[in-house]
Amino acid sequence: MSHRLLLWRRLKNQVFFTLLVFMSLIALFPLFNILWYVISRGLPELSIRFFTRLPGPVGMVGGMANAIVGTLIVVSLACLIAIPIGVGAGIYMAEYADDRFAAVCRFLADVLSGVPSIVAGLMVYATVVIWMHSYSAFAGALSLALLMLPTLMRTTEQMLLMVDTSLREGAFALGATRFQTTVQVVLPTAASGLITAVMLSIGRVMGETAPLLFTAFGNSFWQDGLNAPIAALPLQIFVYATSPYPQWQAQAWTGALTLLAIILVINIAARAFGRGKLR
Amino acid sequence: MGKTVVAEHLSAFFGEHQILHDVSLEMQANQVTAIIGPSGCGKSTFIRCMNRLHETVARATMTGRVLLDDENVYEANSVWVRRTIGMVFQKPNPFPAMSIFDNVAAGLRLNGIRKKSVLAEQVERSLHMSALWDEVKDRLSAPSASLSGGQQQRLCIARALAIEPAVLLMDEPASALDPISTLRIEELIEEIKCQYTIVIVTHNLQQAARVADTTAFFLSGEIIEYGRTTDMFTTPSDKRTEDYVTGRFG
Amino acid sequence: MKSIWSAWSKNQLDRLFSSILLTFCLVIILIVGTIVYELVSRSALAILHFGFHFLTGQVWDPVHQVFGALPFIYGTVVSSVIGVILASIVGIATAILLTQYGSWRWLDLISILVELLAAIPSVVYGLWGIFILAPWLRQSVEPILNRGLGFLPLFQGQGYGVGMLAAGIILAVMILPTITAVVRDVMQAVPNELKDGALALGATKQEMVSLAILPQAKRGILGAIMLALGRALGETMAVTMVIGNRPQIAASLFAPGYSMASVIANEFTEATSKLYESSLYEIGLVLFLLTVVFYSLARLLVWRIRLQMRVNA
Ligand SMILES: Nc1ncnc2c1ncn2[C@@H]1O[C@H](COP(=O)(O)OP(=O)(O)O)[C@@H](O)[C@H]1O
Ligand SMILES: [Mg+2]
Repeated sequence: MSHRLLLWRRLKNQVFFTLLVFMSLIALFPLFNILWYVISRGLPELSIRFFTRLPGPVGMVGGMANAIVGTLIVVSLACLIAIPIGVGAGIYMAEYADDRFAAVCRFLADVLSGVPSIVAGLMVYATVVIWMHSYSAFAGALSLALLMLPTLMRTTEQMLLMVDTSLREGAFALGATRFQTTVQVVLPTAASGLITAVMLSIGRVMGETAPLLFTAFGNSFWQDGLNAPIAALPLQIFVYATSPYPQWQAQAWTGALTLLAIILVINIAARAFGRGKLR
Repeated sequence: MGKTVVAEHLSAFFGEHQILHDVSLEMQANQVTAIIGPSGCGKSTFIRCMNRLHETVARATMTGRVLLDDENVYEANSVWVRRTIGMVFQKPNPFPAMSIFDNVAAGLRLNGIRKKSVLAEQVERSLHMSALWDEVKDRLSAPSASLSGGQQQRLCIARALAIEPAVLLMDEPASALDPISTLRIEELIEEIKCQYTIVIVTHNLQQAARVADTTAFFLSGEIIEYGRTTDMFTTPSDKRTEDYVTGRFG
Repeated sequence: MKSIWSAWSKNQLDRLFSSILLTFCLVIILIVGTIVYELVSRSALAILHFGFHFLTGQVWDPVHQVFGALPFIYGTVVSSVIGVILASIVGIATAILLTQYGSWRWLDLISILVELLAAIPSVVYGLWGIFILAPWLRQSVEPILNRGLGFLPLFQGQGYGVGMLAAGIILAVMILPTITAVVRDVMQAVPNELKDGALALGATKQEMVSLAILPQAKRGILGAIMLALGRALGETMAVTMVIGNRPQIAASLFAPGYSMASVIANEFTEATSKLYESSLYEIGLVLFLLTVVFYSLARLLVWRIRLQMRVNA
């Protein structure tokens, strides 16, 4: 092997590595850029006012209190709907269903997870909003629940399938029914993973905007029960960001900062929780 | 022609875990050296230190020297080292996306050989050496996955031989194979050993007795005994070697 | 007596529990069924009215009740393809770095940071797109591209910042974590023996990647790209905020466009006539079918990989 060839191959290798590092830096650049601007442009408008006041008309100082509360309400409601159904269906797929039925459910969950969020919003509009004759917190929550469901099902199923079969057999051998085995043996074993998965999916829908456009709709005032339109933080950010008023635009950045902070806290908590339990 | 490989004071680690403890061993040129020992004793780790594959594993480190005819392997370029020291693995690992021909030619191409006629000639020569030629000469462009396990292993041997290394490391090359394929590979070692330095790790003591000139017995990352194969199997000097070769062990 | 009773109730409880869970599974079937039913039945009016021309029509004129979806299909597909191309280059490179250079200590950090990109909500991307990305494109990138590559129709004309290119770039950033994560998994699944085989022949790391890793991971990479494409097609808010929202088909990437998801987001609540509303539903239906196709392809490709691995093992 000639020396020149070896040098050439090593050079190629070095260039390749440099290119990979360069590409990774490109991958990271937008993250830092976005974080930098969200923080630097979001901080100036950040104040107690922002968290306690309703949006004001142009020229008046307002806040996003109703939107923050609205998001918390809609997301909580979505969790109430999606977690029992998603986790329950996941349990059924892992513990009860025969292979064929589980495969069908898995396929449908995959289809559902591919549904664009705006289409989920359309579907809820076409059913619930038309039926109730009103945009509502409930419709918004339902559209978010639609987005949470498939992930919850699949991750629950996967977590449970990871639990060692010998554990189940041990419980059966003691005369436990499938119900008892599932509740007393399988679920506790998979619990920490499940909680992590649930938290991650909450973080994911927290920032969803599109499905809320014609379900929750938005509201400039305090919400009026679950049957009425309700404000949400991402909706408010969207409206302010696309408005022509600099003051609203500035508030959109503050809203983004708030939303991002909430989501990051949920994400970090989820990961910390998962890791803590694994050790 | 083969080159003598000398390992001096090798210690190898996976993270904190020390696998080899100050191992020294001389593997003579143009001879077959067998390495035997219970599984997990560090045989694979040892020979992977010879061609610097050990260091490619995350968190794997080593100390000591390996000399290849007086040249320190760890001061040379790793690509050159691995090109000079060929290796055959326990599990046949032909590149599945490549044809039989391309597998054997892979190393040649890396070394800049592009000419069709040269490639074809070298590939045929290597396949002859690994006793696979007659079985595959009509389907050189078939995918390598279409071969049986034993054929795949001989393909890997051909792939290693094609670039004419000085040393051939074989890590339990026959352990996954049927008796007939095993026999083929032993014959092959017999035929090519005059041109190469061969180091073979084996679980099969009869195999070591059949093919090796010298044998080293490893236990828990240390060399317990090293010597002529016939001596090792007939008059072992260490009690533990005796226990192992007589099957009273592990 | 008592033990018989408790055994009976245990079984009853078991049966009750399993039927509740079964109901939950059926809910999924119901939901998917409802989505398909509602989309089809509500777009029936537009389907009957325009027929196949709906998909090829280039005019979108609510005033005169003429609805053609081609500009939206075009905008969605083109912006997604731009996004996927950019994200594939960067994502595959990052995945190679993350999986094949295992001893490099910055890797964990890079991996966490790339995952963090996925946590940023779409509307925040949109906000960044409007106020940071678009002005930057208008002032710096588009003039340079125009000067250097202006002979191509793709880079001709005045750049506004907002437009197809901006949408493509923002989509690229948003799907980058998906591509990186899936390709990383696929590459991690390549057996170590193959890498060893290449290295033992004296391959450099780069040669090992092209000899042993890429041919094995090819199919999974394709799956990752399909998955990312599916996500990009359905992405709404960020695209709506930067694509320019003009229903036109222009060769230039600098020109504003419109996407299927965006037109639904922008116009659905203002759809004044039955036909208008039905047309928007039909766009939703097309979008749904398109994403389902790509998701299914992706699953098939990645699933095949898993199966293959199981067979080989
Ligand atoms: N990649 C690895 N990471 C950590 N430990 C390893 C790794 N590979 C091997 N080991 C450990 O090193 C020891 C020696 O392994 P090896 O050299 O493969 O033994 P042998 O080939 O003699 O069976 C074993 O205890 C094994 O568990
Ligand atoms: Mg071994």
